[in-house]
Amino acid sequence: MLILEDVHVAYGAIRAVKGISLEVQDRELVALVGSNGAGKTTTLRAVSGLFRPRPGSIRYDGTDLTKLAPHEIVARGISQSPEGRQIFGSLTVRENLMLGAVRRKDRAKLGDDLDRIFDLFPVLKERIGQAGGTLSGGEQQMLAIGRALMARPRLLLLDEPSLGLAPLLVQRIFDVVARLKAEGVTILLVEQNARKALEVADRGYVLETGRIVLQGPAAELAANPEVERAYLGG
Amino acid sequence: MNFGQFGQQFVNGLSLGSIYALVAIGLAMIFGILRLINFAHGEVLMLGAFATYFYARSGLPFLVVAVLAVLTTVVIGLVMERVAYRPTRGAPDVALLLTSLGVSIALQNAAVLAFSAQPRKFPTPRLIEQQVDLGAGVQISGTNLVTVGVALALMAGLTLFVTRTQLGVSMRATAENVTAAQLMGINITTVIVAAFVIGSVMAGVAGILWGARVGRIEPLMGFIPVLKAFVATVIGGFGSIPGAVLGAYILGFGEIFLVAWLPDALTSYRDAFVFTALILVLLVRPQGILGSTEPEKI
Repeated sequence: MLILEDVHVAYGAIRAVKGISLEVQDRELVALVGSNGAGKTTTLRAVSGLFRPRPGSIRYDGTDLTKLAPHEIVARGISQSPEGRQIFGSLTVRENLMLGAVRRKDRAKLGDDLDRIFDLFPVLKERIGQAGGTLSGGEQQMLAIGRALMARPRLLLLDEPSLGLAPLLVQRIFDVVARLKAEGVTILLVEQNARKALEVADRGYVLETGRIVLQGPAAELAANPEVERAYLGG
Repeated sequence: MNFGQFGQQFVNGLSLGSIYALVAIGLAMIFGILRLINFAHGEVLMLGAFATYFYARSGLPFLVVAVLAVLTTVVIGLVMERVAYRPTRGAPDVALLLTSLGVSIALQNAAVLAFSAQPRKFPTPRLIEQQVDLGAGVQISGTNLVTVGVALALMAGLTLFVTRTQLGVSMRATAENVTAAQLMGINITTVIVAAFVIGSVMAGVAGILWGARVGRIEPLMGFIPVLKAFVATVIGGFGSIPGAVLGAYILGFGEIFLVAWLPDALTSYRDAFVFTALILVLLVRPQGILGSTEPEKI
């Protein structure tokens, strides 16, 4: 279980996150929604150890993540598919996927996991030897998610998986997210597409300028008139 | 220039380019990962040559001496990383640049104090000093042959390492995108240490080959090769290892053939020609021959 308590993150003079508290239970899918610049990505990056909260505490199954380096956090079973995909463009699809498994100890099972990724995203199998940079935006997004799954995460952080994708692909990505949840993966999902995110999530948090302004079961949030007006374009 | 002379100059250019390439690989590798232009790389080369000089006095076989000297440069590279570059990691580029200049000057002066500025004769084994007749009037020195062979073997080994091993692939990934590499679980410190180990091996070997080529060694000998290697990496595209190798061979051949073709009165200007070439490349292709035009990483 992931617990954030009163997390503040600032870079330079910019205070991006101003006291966020949230939790993600095991096997839960939690959506973090809000407009651009609300602090969603910063929050995820703090969980992954790229930013240090000052002050604030981030604990995962009792371990204080704020004292760990990013690679040690991955070793504890938390992987991230980052915003903007961040594919290694000069590396092949296979190399990208295998890097997702850098911290894995059970290397004998990597073949099975590759098959599982290809089952989720068959197109990646066709592109296996191609450089990541030659893939389309949608394919790169699938690669980014597949790469994060190669870590066999206990907690998967998904940052804007649908950003910039055509509607059909957006649906594909959310289908996969729903399938991962059904398979028991715990997910913290950051999305600008609040409608879709709240459709698949169990619970949600709404962020505004670095603070949580609303929280609750996803269905309730989706039905909330304020959320509907501000984020669902209703 | 007849065929024999051409062949000789060709091998000579290949040999000079090979030494530049070994030095340039280390520069490009460390720059790719740390955004650090490691001027002290030339001092690693110099210390490799001096280590060879002192170990050779023991009378051990030259190959053993060379391996010990390269191990010494690896230790020097590791200490350099730990003492000077790890504390400044993440600092602004200018601070990194000044740090590496500082390390370079400190090592040069320490070497002058320890070894004196007096040049010493490099203990090149007699075996490789001989001329080899390739027929058709082509006579080349054993030193050049060994230089080209050793450099190509090291580069082939490096290629295998960065494509076939997990650490090698992690290094390429880190050079491309540090943040994403961290999110994969790659330990950046391990990658940086590996880059210094590989760079120091290459620089140490280059120091031995340079000593054999020039015949004498002195504490400031690292400056020219590292400067040329720097130019090679800029021509090839900074941070790109294939680019650095390509730039190094262009530079090696360019220098040798300029000297061969230019009237004697102009040959002392060969470095001026090298830097003119650099300026021309930068005017036409600022990102270098194999460099990408991607915006700077954050």
